Amino acid sequence: MSEYLVNIQNERLSFFTPAGEVKALNDVSLHLKEGEVLGIVGESGSGKSVTAYSLMGLTAYPGRLIGGTLDFNGHRINDMTEKQMRKIRGNEVSIIFQDPMTSLNPVYTIGNQICEVILLHTNKNRAQAKERAKELLTLVGINEPEKRLKQYPHELSGGMRQRVMIAIALACEPKLLIADEPTTALDVTIQAQILELMMDLKEKLGMAIIMITHDLGVVASMCDRIAVMYAGKVVEYGSTDDIFYNPKHEYTRGLLRSIPKLNEKEHKKLVPIEGTPVDMLNPPKGCPFAPRCGSCMKICLREMPAYTDISDVHYSACWLLQKEEFEKGGNA
Amino acid sequence: MEQNKKLVEVQNLKQYFPVAGSKFFEKKVVKAVDDVSFYLNKGETLGLVGESGCGKTTTGRTLLRLYEPTSGRIIYDGETIFDSGDVPLYNEDGTVQTDEKGNVKYGRKTAVNMLPYRRKMQIVFQDPYASLDPRMTVGDIVGEAIDIHHLAASKQDRRDRIIALLERVGLNSEHANRYPHEFSGGQRQRVGIARALAVNPEFIVCDEPISALDVSIQAQVVNMFEELQEKEGLTYLFIAHDLSVVKHISDRIGVMYLGRMVELADSYELTFHSVHPYTRSLISAIPIADPVTSRQSKRIVLEGDVPSPVNPPSGCHFRTRCPFADKLCEQEQPKWTEVGPGHYAACHHLDKVK
Repeated sequence: MSEYLVNIQNERLSFFTPAGEVKALNDVSLHLKEGEVLGIVGESGSGKSVTAYSLMGLTAYPGRLIGGTLDFNGHRINDMTEKQMRKIRGNEVSIIFQDPMTSLNPVYTIGNQICEVILLHTNKNRAQAKERAKELLTLVGINEPEKRLKQYPHELSGGMRQRVMIAIALACEPKLLIADEPTTALDVTIQAQILELMMDLKEKLGMAIIMITHDLGVVASMCDRIAVMYAGKVVEYGSTDDIFYNPKHEYTRGLLRSIPKLNEKEHKKLVPIEGTPVDMLNPPKGCPFAPRCGSCMKICLREMPAYTDISDVHYSACWLLQKEEFEKGGNA
Repeated sequence: MEQNKKLVEVQNLKQYFPVAGSKFFEKKVVKAVDDVSFYLNKGETLGLVGESGCGKTTTGRTLLRLYEPTSGRIIYDGETIFDSGDVPLYNEDGTVQTDEKGNVKYGRKTAVNMLPYRRKMQIVFQDPYASLDPRMTVGDIVGEAIDIHHLAASKQDRRDRIIALLERVGLNSEHANRYPHEFSGGQRQRVGIARALAVNPEFIVCDEPISALDVSIQAQVVNMFEELQEKEGLTYLFIAHDLSVVKHISDRIGVMYLGRMVELADSYELTFHSVHPYTRSLISAIPIADPVTSRQSKRIVLEGDVPSPVNPPSGCHFRTRCPFADKLCEQEQPKWTEVGPGHYAACHHLDKVK
């Protein structure tokens, strides 16, 4: 139907809390082709996870989708019932969570938890499901799968558990894998193992990945496209090279300046982004980044900037770009 | 300023914790810190990196005697503040002191009262959410140390000091009457730092002070640490698992693995000319925030997980994951050797690694 596997247009999502409405997502637009890796980066509370979860129909209670369209693989997610959603979840799209310690059920064996997904979504019988589970464990690089199937989550290390989570997510060969900070809770050497495994599996199975993270290093090495989020808004979207070498939004630039680089030879002082993240209960009027922005103008405090296209696949929401565009137009 | 004067030194520091549930006659221990020696010069920053469970936090805390060391010697500014009595005395050049008959000399068993030293040695904890008492105002949290050490002459003086401290870390006077829950993570960490600075310390152990913070806030806190050091000549032991941050802030870096120090060198030397296979894989495992470099770079991906510290491998602890491991590594613990000026490593196969 469309050329994109995932196409989110102007998504708005709010949490109606006792303290007031929290606009967790404020006009989010994203798209992703089959087999691509999209990285969503941003600070905690910027709406990265909420975006991804809403794509799976997993918006938690006080939250409600209040606008926009979500298309995935020919389905219009907004209009789907829970029953229809269940068919897609785990089958066409699956997710791995940040914390492998809490996302596996401690009272069931690994085998039990993998087979559950297989039995639910395919018409395999128990014996076949067990065979498939063994295959999956081998696929994610766990040796002695026979033995592991009988073990409980607490008997495995963090990296192993994350591998099991990946095995569960891949049980039905989904078209899209959402990885919500899959390596944040792991050590660097284990992180390297998991990231390599994910890229390997992507090649083998040809799935698309949405990678949610706050680590710019992880996205640099893995992703084709990057969406930078700030306060419930995608402030910049582009190819990995666009974002790293030609960032247009002040927030993206600030982020890149504020991280120390290991391969730098001399000691450069970091340039931090001043101020504190936005209070989502009382977001500022206008551009949410304006209070922390070095080149803030009057209009930034009053009105939200619209998206400016820099190239076909690179866009950003900043008044400075609008101004540039206008001046260019004026000269022509 | 006096450069190259040792402010803090630890020799053969060991910290063993008993394992719960071990049988009475064969008491098991976790060797959280196993024979670690290093020193810090005045005004310098020593970084300590390693994976979780490698003993870096325990080293920091034991150094301050927040845990009583199992064995070892801690020297602060020339004074021995702890000596277990079974560690040989060392000469300036690192050789063991002996008497006329050639017997090894040991230090006298010492354990001084830490109160006067607490004024000089402070710590900033990792989790700014857990390390501040939720029932105390920020003013009282910062002021507690002032009270304990009787640093304020009057109520007014105490208040002035607290406000001055808050301003030093980028907060302001109105924050003094608020409670921790009213602050964001970055601000809480600032409160934690103000608390450590309250007694005008010379030495601060920074135990993963930025791990719990957002990326854009991390840089603020890192810069603050650097500015405080420039202004007041503080000495830091900076503990973190993020090597890129540690490299940024440290003069020298020590790498730990399963309770032992495996490599120690100048931070530039360590990042670009490391010799220990563990350090090398650790460095190559760090994702670089630069697409072109990270596409080109070849990662050394280590097999397997960190072994359990209760049953560490014999010989060299790293041998189960090391590509160079052989029989010798299994039988013998590698010696701590100097491979270049100020560059130490413990590995049997340093020549092969190169």
